[in-house]
Amino acid sequence: MQQFVNVTLTGLTEGMVYAAFALALVLIWRSTRIVNFAQGSMAAATAFIALALIQSGWSYWAALVVALVSGFVLGAVIERVVVRRVEGGPELNAVIVTLGLFVAIQAGIAIVFGSSFQSFPTPFGLQGFQVGDNRIAFTPTSLYVIVAVLITMGLLVALFRFTRVGLAMRASAFGQEVARLLGVRVGRMLTLGWGLAAVVGSLAGLLIAGGEFIYPAYMDSLIVFGFVAAVLGGLDSPIGAVVGGLILGLALSYVSGYVPRGSALVNVSALVILMVVLLVRPGGLFASSTARRA
Amino acid sequence: MSDLRSTATDTPAAGKASSDAPTEATAGADEPTATRRRTLLPSSTLLRHLLLLALGAVATVVILESTDPFTNSQLATLSYYAIAAGGLTVLTGMNGQISLGHGALMAVGAYTTALFLSAEEPLPLPLILLAAILVATAVGALVGVAAARLHGPYLAGATLALAVGLPGLAIYFHDWLGGEQGLRVRAPRAPEAFDSFISAVSGNSASNTKWLAYLGAICLLITYFLLANLVRSRIGRTWRAVRDQEVAAELAGINLGAWRVLAFTVSAAAAGLAGGVLALVVRLAAPSGFTLVLSLSLLTAIVIGGLGSLLGALLGSALLVFLPPFVTDLGSGWGLDNTEAAQLAPFVYGVVLIVAMIFAPAGFVGSIRMRWLTRQATRSAARSSRG
Repeated sequence: MQQFVNVTLTGLTEGMVYAAFALALVLIWRSTRIVNFAQGSMAAATAFIALALIQSGWSYWAALVVALVSGFVLGAVIERVVVRRVEGGPELNAVIVTLGLFVAIQAGIAIVFGSSFQSFPTPFGLQGFQVGDNRIAFTPTSLYVIVAVLITMGLLVALFRFTRVGLAMRASAFGQEVARLLGVRVGRMLTLGWGLAAVVGSLAGLLIAGGEFIYPAYMDSLIVFGFVAAVLGGLDSPIGAVVGGLILGLALSYVSGYVPRGSALVNVSALVILMVVLLVRPGGLFASSTARRA
Repeated sequence: MSDLRSTATDTPAAGKASSDAPTEATAGADEPTATRRRTLLPSSTLLRHLLLLALGAVATVVILESTDPFTNSQLATLSYYAIAAGGLTVLTGMNGQISLGHGALMAVGAYTTALFLSAEEPLPLPLILLAAILVATAVGALVGVAAARLHGPYLAGATLALAVGLPGLAIYFHDWLGGEQGLRVRAPRAPEAFDSFISAVSGNSASNTKWLAYLGAICLLITYFLLANLVRSRIGRTWRAVRDQEVAAELAGINLGAWRVLAFTVSAAAAGLAGGVLALVVRLAAPSGFTLVLSLSLLTAIVIGGLGSLLGALLGSALLVFLPPFVTDLGSGWGLDNTEAAQLAPFVYGVVLIVAMIFAPAGFVGSIRMRWLTRQATRSAARSSRG
């Protein structure tokens, strides 16, 4: 029983990170019909920036803010300079360009920061809370991860629901032509969308790094998990991405917790889940509309 | 291989390969320039490919005998990259399906080869490589069935999951597949006939490196010969139809899904053979050899060379082999240490992928072919306006 609780709590915490990462993918997919495979590398780049700042004596929070801001700049610049040229073109070209970004950024990190394993700090403890006589696998850091993701999601919902900019962004994602005719600066909105998505992706990268070791490729499996979570939710729906992230987090946690030597099987399980979803419900579990499939 | 001349002569040449009836009529109706230009090479596709195969074999012997052992081993590396890239270019360029999972399919071939070679009395090498192809083909068919229903980003994501997930199996079954350390491969010794062949041809001594380089080259030539014929046949034309005009192809009675699965299967077979050769050349089958970067390097090779072109895949693979030492030296010259300089090659791959997709999506061979075709068209237009 205690193991079940622990495995579930770990799964929920990791699921929140997958949810955040999937949300970043969904934001970009909705506005530009591109799956940003470079998201993981971009997040890793900001994590290394944060780590460099922390090592030179900055506080965790200041480094976090700088990392998120640099994530925004990175995302916006990449959209404006590189991705803009393949938007609306053949979908294979866009996929290949984001893969190129993925490789180039990852190698760039290794050149600038080195490719060794470095431990990433966390502002909160890594010891589980005491419940009765038992320590559960739910740590202050897990709580921080969940709260941080929830706050981000709340801010995003507020932005899209209650602000003019959010409305303009939704309009340009829904119908570029019409939005442009109504005076929305669609190009700017797309750049802004990529920037925001990169912030959310960076946050996911920084949260999963807390208390762990990071190296240039540490986000590789998170891209897969984020993608699987996003597809679970239909790739089009933010709520679906969050639910998909939680489901995936729990599923993977049960695999690694209950199958002997299951941690080696986590990536394969993600593959199996993805295949089953794509074959049984290609639109995802929560596809909001079938009319707007690209 | 003969791809440089592809599009202009496509219709007549392709028709003949499958010995369909109405080819003569098409050839007659075709541009007169096309017939005149083709006098140097045999008009039958099969004969032309056989001629190129023979030329390729001669070139292989000349190149391998005139270079030092280090270059020999580099060329062995080139051969397995080129085999896998050839399969991938047929899939992506001809059939329009992207795969980031070919590294994983190579791993299947490599592990199969390693397991068969670790037997007490190993089977003859061709049979083992055939087994590697068969196992990879089976896995590829399985993936292909799933892939046939996906497109673009979905397919990329699914095969990405394959590339990241499959090596984990080697760690899970570590008693059988050797875990992180992987399986060491005992490369079989060269047959005696090979020693006497080398000493007869060039008088060089036949080392094991040389044997592996020849083995790789033989596999490469056979693969490209088969793929080139396949691409020029009815099958290749159907793949292109499926790629370019889904609706029209379906109306013409083509079962889209079945042809996509076939393309993935053929491509997986090439990847399996490439994995087998890799295991022999590297003498190790380990998860660290089949990272995501391998799959993405293959993609870089075919994108630079030009999607769908076998010659392009070969040139792109040559870049994968000869570029890293060059840029690593360059990096050391700029004062980077070894591990940093080693990352320059993937950095260049990434930048090249982006730049190629933005400025020359047709790739190297494709861009040259396009320019050549434009010139042909201008010239024939000028001629017809005169006449």
